[in-house]
Amino acid sequence: MEMAVFAVFALLAVGSSLVVIAHRSPIYSTLSLVVTLFSVAVLFVLLGAPFIATLQLLIYAGAILVLFLFVIMLLNVGRDEGIPGGHRLQLATAILGALVFTGMLGLLLRSALGGGPPAPLTEQAVSLSRLAQELFAEYLLPFEIVGLLLLVAVIGATVIARRATEEELAAAPSGPLADPTARGGGPEAPEPVGAGAGAPRPGYAAWSSEADRAAGGARPASVPGGRA
Amino acid sequence: MSAELADLVATAIKLGVTLAILINVVPVMLWVERRGGALIQDRPGPNRLGPLGLFQALADALKFMFKEDVTPSAVDRPLYLMAPALGLLPALTTFSVVPFGPDVTFRGHVYQMVVAPAQTGVLLFLAIASLGVYSLVMAGYASNNKYSLLGSIRASSQLISYELALTLAVVAVVIPVSSFQLADVVDYQRHHGWNVLPQIVGFLIFLVAAFAETNRLPFDLPEAESELVAGFHTEYSAMRFATFFMAEYISMTSLSALGATLYFGGWTLPWVHVEGFAGVAVGLAVLFGKVACFMAFFVWVRWTFPRFRYDQLMRLGWKVLLPLAIFNLILVAALTLAGVL
Repeated sequence: MEMAVFAVFALLAVGSSLVVIAHRSPIYSTLSLVVTLFSVAVLFVLLGAPFIATLQLLIYAGAILVLFLFVIMLLNVGRDEGIPGGHRLQLATAILGALVFTGMLGLLLRSALGGGPPAPLTEQAVSLSRLAQELFAEYLLPFEIVGLLLLVAVIGATVIARRATEEELAAAPSGPLADPTARGGGPEAPEPVGAGAGAPRPGYAAWSSEADRAAGGARPASVPGGRA
Repeated sequence: MSAELADLVATAIKLGVTLAILINVVPVMLWVERRGGALIQDRPGPNRLGPLGLFQALADALKFMFKEDVTPSAVDRPLYLMAPALGLLPALTTFSVVPFGPDVTFRGHVYQMVVAPAQTGVLLFLAIASLGVYSLVMAGYASNNKYSLLGSIRASSQLISYELALTLAVVAVVIPVSSFQLADVVDYQRHHGWNVLPQIVGFLIFLVAAFAETNRLPFDLPEAESELVAGFHTEYSAMRFATFFMAEYISMTSLSALGATLYFGGWTLPWVHVEGFAGVAVGLAVLFGKVACFMAFFVWVRWTFPRFRYDQLMRLGWKVLLPLAIFNLILVAALTLAGVL
C-alpha cells in the first residue's frame, strides 16, 4: 500500500518536474510545478513529516505559485515565449543547478557510505513540539537572521515599487535626475533627454496614473528623481 | 476482520456519509439562496414547483444536466476541462479534518469521528483550501477571454490577500489549545467555553475573510457580473458551470464547519452529552445546525450588501484585517503566556 503510494507520487513528481522544464508555456510549467510540490508533499507524509508536507502545500503550492501565476497572467506572457536573456542565461543557470545538485548528492553519499545508514525518524523526532523547540530555542539565532534577511528583501521590494509622495513631487522639479531609467518602463514614457530637470512630463503622468489605477491607489504620478 | 481492514472500512463509511451530506448541501442551498433572496427583497421567489417551491432545486439541477455544453473553439482545452473538477476537489477534501462526533467503541476498537485524524489538522484544512484558487485561475486563463482573465487575476490576488488574515486568525485559536487537531480544539472548548467570546476579534476577521475566500458577495470580485460579464466562468455552460457553483457552496459549507468548530464548539453543545452511535448522530446534527446558521448568514449578507470596489477590497485586506490579525495573534499569545486563556 505504502509502496504503491510512493511509486505513484514519485513518478508523478519526476514526470511533472520534467514538464516544468520542458513545456513551452509558462502557465503549464507553473501548474506542473504545483503537481510536483504536491507529490513531494505526499512523499514527506510517507517519510513521517506531515508538518513539512502541510507547510509545503500551504506556503509553496498555496501562495507562492499563485503569485507566480498572477505575475505571468498580469504580464500576459504568450505560450511560446522564451525566457529573457535567451539560452546563454538558461545554460548558466542549468550548470549552476547541476553543480549544486552534484554537491548535495555527494554530501548525501558521503554520509550514507561513511557512518552507515542514518537513524530512522521517530515519532518524537518529527513531532511539532520538538520542531518548535529546535527552531525557537536551539536554532533561534539562525532563525532570526533568516527572518531579518527576508525583512530586508521585503523593504527592498517596497522601496523599488513605491511611488513618490506629494511633498517629494513638489520638490522634484528642482532636483537633478538621480536615475532617469528607474521608472521609464511604460510604453508611453518618452526617453528622458539628457539629465535636464523639468516639470513632470505628460507621458510619465499618464503612464503612472494608469498604473496607479491598476494598483488601486490614488497617489500622484511620480517623476524621475522624485526621491532625490 | 483485522484491525487494519476495519480501519479502512470505517474510513470509507465516514467518507461516504460526509460526502453525501456535503453534496446534498448544494440543492438545499440553491433553494435557500433563491427563496432567502426573495424574502429579503420582498418578492415571492420561485414558488411554483412543490411546497414552498422546494422542487425548484431539482428543476435547476436537471436544467444544468441537460443543457448543451458549449466548449468555445479558442480555449486551452486540457486546462478548460480540468478547471471545474479541480475546484470541487479541495472543497470536498477539506471537510475530512473536521470532527463530527464523540469517539465510538465498536467491537473493542475505538474509532475517531473524523475522516482524517491528521496531526496537522487545521493547517491541512487551510493548505488544501488554498489549492482551490487554481481552479479559478485555470478557468480564467484557459477560457481565452479578457473578462475571464481579469476575473482570474482578481481571484489570485484576492485569495492570497485574505488567506493571510484567515490563517493568522486561525493560528490565534490554536495557541491556547496548543494542538492543530480540531478534535483538541473542540475538547478545549468543552472545558473553557466557546472560543467566540475570548477570540471575538479573531472570529470577526475569520468571518470577513471567509466571504473573500469563498468569493461571496460583497467580495465576489472574480465574477463581478456588472463589470466582468461573469468573470472567470464566463465561457462555461451547463454542468461545467454547475460544478463551479457546487464548489462554491461546498467550500462555503466546509469553511462554515471550520468556523463552527473553531469558535462555536463544533459538534458539541454545552450540557448535552450523548455517547456511542447516537452521539455521532447528535454530533452531526449539531454541527450541521451550526453550519446552517453560518450559511444563512452568508445568504443574508449577500442580499444585503453591495459589492466592494477592488481597491477597497485590497485596502481592507492588507491595511485593516492583516494588522488586526497580527495584533490579535500577539495579544492571544501574551494572554496565553500570562495564563489568562
